[in-house]
Amino acid sequence: MKKDKFMNPYLAGFFLGLLLLVTIFITGRGLGASGAFKSGVISAVSSVFPVHTGETHYYLEYFEEHKGNPLKSWLVFEVIGVIIGAFMSALMSDRLKLKLEHSPGITSKTRIAAALIGGALFGLGSQLGRGCTSGSALSGMAVLSTGGIITMLAIFGGAYAFAFFFRKLWITK
Amino acid sequence: MGPLVPDIIGNELNLVVALLIGIAFGFILEQAGFSTSRKLVGLFYGYDFTVLRVFFTAGITAMLGVIAFGHFGILDLNLIYINPTYIWSALAGGLFMGMGFVIGGFCPGTSVCAAATGKIDAMIFIAGSFLGVLIFAEGYPWFEGLYKAGFWGFPHIFETIGISQASFAVVMTIMAVGAFAAAALVEKRVIGTPVTSGMPARIYYGLGIGAILISLTSFAMPERQSGILEKSEDAKIISSFAPKSMTIDEFAFRIMDEESSLHIVDLRSPEHTKGKSLPNSVNMTLAGMFGKDAAKFFARRNATYVIVDEDESAEKKAAYIADELGFENVFILSEGMKGFEEKILNFRMPEGNLSRADSDTYRFREKARNVIPELIKNNSKKTSPEKKESKRALGGC
Repeated sequence: MKKDKFMNPYLAGFFLGLLLLVTIFITGRGLGASGAFKSGVISAVSSVFPVHTGETHYYLEYFEEHKGNPLKSWLVFEVIGVIIGAFMSALMSDRLKLKLEHSPGITSKTRIAAALIGGALFGLGSQLGRGCTSGSALSGMAVLSTGGIITMLAIFGGAYAFAFFFRKLWITK
Repeated sequence: MGPLVPDIIGNELNLVVALLIGIAFGFILEQAGFSTSRKLVGLFYGYDFTVLRVFFTAGITAMLGVIAFGHFGILDLNLIYINPTYIWSALAGGLFMGMGFVIGGFCPGTSVCAAATGKIDAMIFIAGSFLGVLIFAEGYPWFEGLYKAGFWGFPHIFETIGISQASFAVVMTIMAVGAFAAAALVEKRVIGTPVTSGMPARIYYGLGIGAILISLTSFAMPERQSGILEKSEDAKIISSFAPKSMTIDEFAFRIMDEESSLHIVDLRSPEHTKGKSLPNSVNMTLAGMFGKDAAKFFARRNATYVIVDEDESAEKKAAYIADELGFENVFILSEGMKGFEEKILNFRMPEGNLSRADSDTYRFREKARNVIPELIKNNSKKTSPEKKESKRALGGC
């Protein structure tokens, strides 16, 4: 595979759709990502501040619904797989490179701040929305869930609505 | 019949499956170019609609696949995870995510993919996401009201809008193909040439029309359950449907014979039959007949199934559904449980002269009246083993 030559997006989408279908057929649930972040946070907080998690409503509610180690969850294993799969793919296509990517119009510092703030907003939003682009929007669309499709519309609608205000982060014009 | 978890694939093996699916997921995301934030946000500024193309092609492919799997009984749609609908948190969460997307340049899945290929900004995005989840967790008392407000249950989008599943699938496909065409036009204006210009345009026209044609086949694949249930409510169809039926005397005889291959499907509610359930009987609902558990139950070799309810008309509906689902050796109890209770369980020997045949029958019924209640009593005394029932998969984030 040539460097920087990406797969045709429709073909990639078709493969992703088949993968999602197979996932639903095998496991009865779709793909996801933010759930693994949640498991990570809960695991970290409960091992560092066990007293705190033992008396805080949110963590108690979580442990009531999820027995056992939060890291021994389906999404955590799936996300570990994503890391391996993406690494292998980038290795094969010669795209592995440690770099901070940003638009030429902004500095590295700005990009770091934006990535941190954007991540925090996405992390917060994914908890409110009960899933992110994968778990709620994409998987929700596949099973025709009203909630999933509304979240999807809100994500893309919101992004378009806010895009104008943050254009300087991405385009120089 | 799917899903394969937890019956065929155990919960431990499922984690291995998760790892393998994740590898494929990561590989596809990276090959599609999702490891660079500048490509990802391109759709919001008109210079690269790769995300739109990948996302909607995947969504439509999976959606049509799920519809087909459901129709052909390959997948039990009652067992798959349907994201719940909490209208306000879905909207608010989506808006937060949308804003996070244009500021941070990633979503959680793509940030993991990009971080794995060495993008430092993606690693920072992940750190930010952890922070965001932590803010939610610690501020939960504050978010909880919004988080739990406006719960609509687990509706399908086509039910919410009030159209058929197939109409929705077609509308969605046409919208996606239209969006793809618009994306190419916008890219042409913004950067001079569409991102997908590697192949001639007529191939894309063909693929777009092909996708819409395929989506039209969903009209031939109505959601199996609601389609059959609807027909079972149609008096005309049911009156012309003649199921095999078993007389109450034969039924009583086979119960007294304690025939192990005779399975009784009791449509009455478990509360109703509590303490007086017939030997070797299970409670089942009409909707329950479409499930994975029912498919397994009705597939036993050399078994005879008798559907019982208060009266014949309800039994006939169930027999019709069983027939549509291809279940064999299914009988209805003629005269229903009302008749069975009246003529067997509460049997009174008629007075006067009787023909020979009648008196044989009555003598049998008299015996049955004494024996069957004993069997029923013993049956309910048996500590029924913990009923194993397939549950809907848990998913989401």
